[in-house]
Amino acid sequence: MTELSLADVTHGVGLAPLLRVAGLAKNFGERVACRDVSFEIWRGEVLGVVGESGSGKTTLLNCLSTRLQPDAGRIEYRLRDGRVAELFELPEPARRLLMRTDWGFVHQKPRDGLRLGLSAGANIGERLMAIGERHYGDIRSAAVDWLAKVEIEIERVDEAPLTFSGGMQQRLQIARNLVSRPRLVFMDEPTGGLDVSVQARLLDLLRGLCDELGLAAIVVTHDLGVARLLAHRLIVMRGGAIVETGLTDQVLDDPQHPYTQLLVSSMLQ
Amino acid sequence: MYVAVKGGEKAISAAHRLLAEARRGDPAVAEVTLAQIDEQLALAVDRVMTEGSVYDRELAALAIKQARGDLVEAIFLLRAYRTTLPRLVVSEPIDTERAAIKRRISAIFKDVPGGQVLGPTFDYTHRLLDFALAAEGREAAAPPPEPAEMGPVPRVSSLLGDEGLIENAAGGALEPGDLTRDPLRFPASREVRLQNLARGDEGYLLALGYSTQRGYGRNHPFAGEIRIGTVEVEIVPPELGFPVTIGEITVTECEMVNQFKGSDAAPPQFTAGYGLAFGESERKAMAMALVDRALRAAELGEDVTAPAQDQEFVLYHSDNVEASGFTQHLKLPHYVDFQAELNLIRRLRAEWDGAIKEAAE
Amino acid sequence: MSEIASSETGGYNFAYLDEQTKRMIRRAILKAVAIPGYQVPFASREMPLPYGWGTGGIQVTASIIGRDDTLKVIDQGADDTTNAVSIRRFFARTAGVATTEQTSEASIIQTRHRIPEMPLTEDQIIVYQVPIPEPLRWLEPREAETRKMHALAEYGPMYVRLYEDIAQYGRVTTAYDYPVLVNGRYLMRPSPIPKFDNPKMDMNPALQLFGAGREKRIYAVPPHTSVKSLDFADHPFAVEKWDERCAICGADDSFLDEIIVDDRGGRMFVCSDTDYCRGCQSAKAAE
Repeated sequence: MTELSLADVTHGVGLAPLLRVAGLAKNFGERVACRDVSFEIWRGEVLGVVGESGSGKTTLLNCLSTRLQPDAGRIEYRLRDGRVAELFELPEPARRLLMRTDWGFVHQKPRDGLRLGLSAGANIGERLMAIGERHYGDIRSAAVDWLAKVEIEIERVDEAPLTFSGGMQQRLQIARNLVSRPRLVFMDEPTGGLDVSVQARLLDLLRGLCDELGLAAIVVTHDLGVARLLAHRLIVMRGGAIVETGLTDQVLDDPQHPYTQLLVSSMLQ
Repeated sequence: MYVAVKGGEKAISAAHRLLAEARRGDPAVAEVTLAQIDEQLALAVDRVMTEGSVYDRELAALAIKQARGDLVEAIFLLRAYRTTLPRLVVSEPIDTERAAIKRRISAIFKDVPGGQVLGPTFDYTHRLLDFALAAEGREAAAPPPEPAEMGPVPRVSSLLGDEGLIENAAGGALEPGDLTRDPLRFPASREVRLQNLARGDEGYLLALGYSTQRGYGRNHPFAGEIRIGTVEVEIVPPELGFPVTIGEITVTECEMVNQFKGSDAAPPQFTAGYGLAFGESERKAMAMALVDRALRAAELGEDVTAPAQDQEFVLYHSDNVEASGFTQHLKLPHYVDFQAELNLIRRLRAEWDGAIKEAAE
Repeated sequence: MSEIASSETGGYNFAYLDEQTKRMIRRAILKAVAIPGYQVPFASREMPLPYGWGTGGIQVTASIIGRDDTLKVIDQGADDTTNAVSIRRFFARTAGVATTEQTSEASIIQTRHRIPEMPLTEDQIIVYQVPIPEPLRWLEPREAETRKMHALAEYGPMYVRLYEDIAQYGRVTTAYDYPVLVNGRYLMRPSPIPKFDNPKMDMNPALQLFGAGREKRIYAVPPHTSVKSLDFADHPFAVEKWDERCAICGADDSFLDEIIVDDRGGRMFVCSDTDYCRGCQSAKAAE
């Protein structure tokens, strides 16, 4: 469990959540994708969002990360200076800046979250260059440091991720996001498409990094095993609504809602 | 001792004279007249007017003659001429429903009020080269039977419209944008897109329209109506306050009818794609209608996945005057930039060779 | 701006464009000068020369030229290249203005791919012909997105490109049309001039105008404005150098063209700027 920093306490922030969602709704024509979704997430906490495909969890993630505009509800985010802002009341430039610095987004498919044709170093260095870093040597050594942190051989810093394995591409994607020290990371099925041993290694890495950096993360997954390994708390979604929420172990070991019971029982042991 | 090459002026003048000679061809062969081009190569004239954006058969024929038959070059000539023309007045919208019909068909009903009028079409000819055409001065073919008197020819889409089954196309921007006066910005409104497509290269639109039929953004088109006819061009002089006809033009109009399953804002109904061209430019009007519908994908809530649905891609590359200019500009001297590239390649090569040598040692 | 009798100019208005079009272009130019480096959209007209062959530069020149101007037109640094000849003839025909090959005599210089070696003065305007105005085009094909990036000064991806060059080749490999930051704010493409010419744009006393006809954009660098070529602190921007001197005039400070003189690959190097070369030759002869 991450400890509160001195800064958190002295700024009087105390236990205020990092993100507060209230009554979020999103429709696509007739189809209701999200309905009356409300929850909070605190600094350093990993929140898992589980459910079958079609449950609305990816739509929820896209609304939270402002890729989609919700039809109703509020999303309040606590900025680095302590102010709370409703994300869609912020001007677009401010949102775009948040996406590049304060947030990360790890896509299920590496091609969506990486520049496959550019070197690993360029991929990691991009956020630094976007915020004004202008010393090539410094950028490159930061990239090398991060390659080491995500367990990619540093000799591959000038190679394009086209030549990397799926697991390596995902680890590169993580490095590319974390280099700007974001406070909140969105992850969409981060281990999807990877084989089991590779998944395990990635999850270990993610858990370690979240702990070390005090990251908050919202992880969408249909895989309860991933949720158990990564998340402190869970939200279970079905038909666009939250049916159950609680500490991960509690929800998985003692599910209350019939749908959650169904999900858990169908988990391969 | 090297002396810098001069004589560019002389070379250009000589090239112009050679061109004039080549254009004329063998002096023993009769010179082609504008009337011959207008009458007997009429569809070439129609295309040049459409993409040149000027309705003047004689000027288009002149452009074709000057361009030695290269239609894209002729279109360029006409567009450049258009730049010099003052804009005097904007006409009333033409009413194709009142057109004097030359040809009118619909693929969606077996018969329609006004009938299926085939007109002078290639459609049912057999594409066998007619060597008899190689000889001139043939007896004119027996004239076709006099066409029956045509009653009113209502739009086929209005028949669907009476049932409320097709979207209402009327009503758009208060003041339509003008592609020839304002630079293109995105997202572009539909009437600006249609202006762009109307003057766009026929081959390009044909390929894009074809791609939608083959699955790249399929929207299940039917040829609702194709209509070729002559319409009056009217203006309303402010001193008179009522419309006055200033001339007549021939246009080809195509309405494609497409599927649409409805959304929470709109009931299930047909949607339309629209094409319009000068003269008898049927292939152009049909291709334009297919692409028009494809470009409406985003506003109809459809997934944009295909090139024909990508506004920026389609509209930025449709103008053959621009495309031809930029493609052919590669013929201009680029030796200064090439010099810079040469220097760079040599330096990189020296380093590469050096590295190989070192590795070998 | 009075109009020459149209019979003198072959039935066309002075400098071909009608006055309304000139006004529209001048408004775009004024906006461009007010926002250095920002690409102003304008309703480019079809001209009698093809798109891609200098119609943007021609429209800018046609909108600013007056009866008393003296025009120089160069392409690759030379007055006698075919397209420069063609454009000069166009203005001679439609405007009847004086033309010159001497940089110092010209009040307006229209150029493709070079800046003259002779420093320009406050009384001069240089008009660049631009093929692709958008510096971010190769990183992001969509206009809607690049406009946002400029509005928000999101230029990170451009530096990523430079980073990648250094990582792969040890140096930035862009040799011409090298991107610059104008007045500390807008990222700009200087047109395909060799990077050798980039420093000339910085704090130049002349007015620099850029016309892209086919892409329908005008931009400008007002006199005495900072123009900085992009680089990294530890990989600073540097211009080309030759080992050779000009074989005709002996200059060692100008951009040199490589000429192949025989079929055994013999080559010689000659000033690209023909007026500058002539000037150096006269200076040498006078000694």
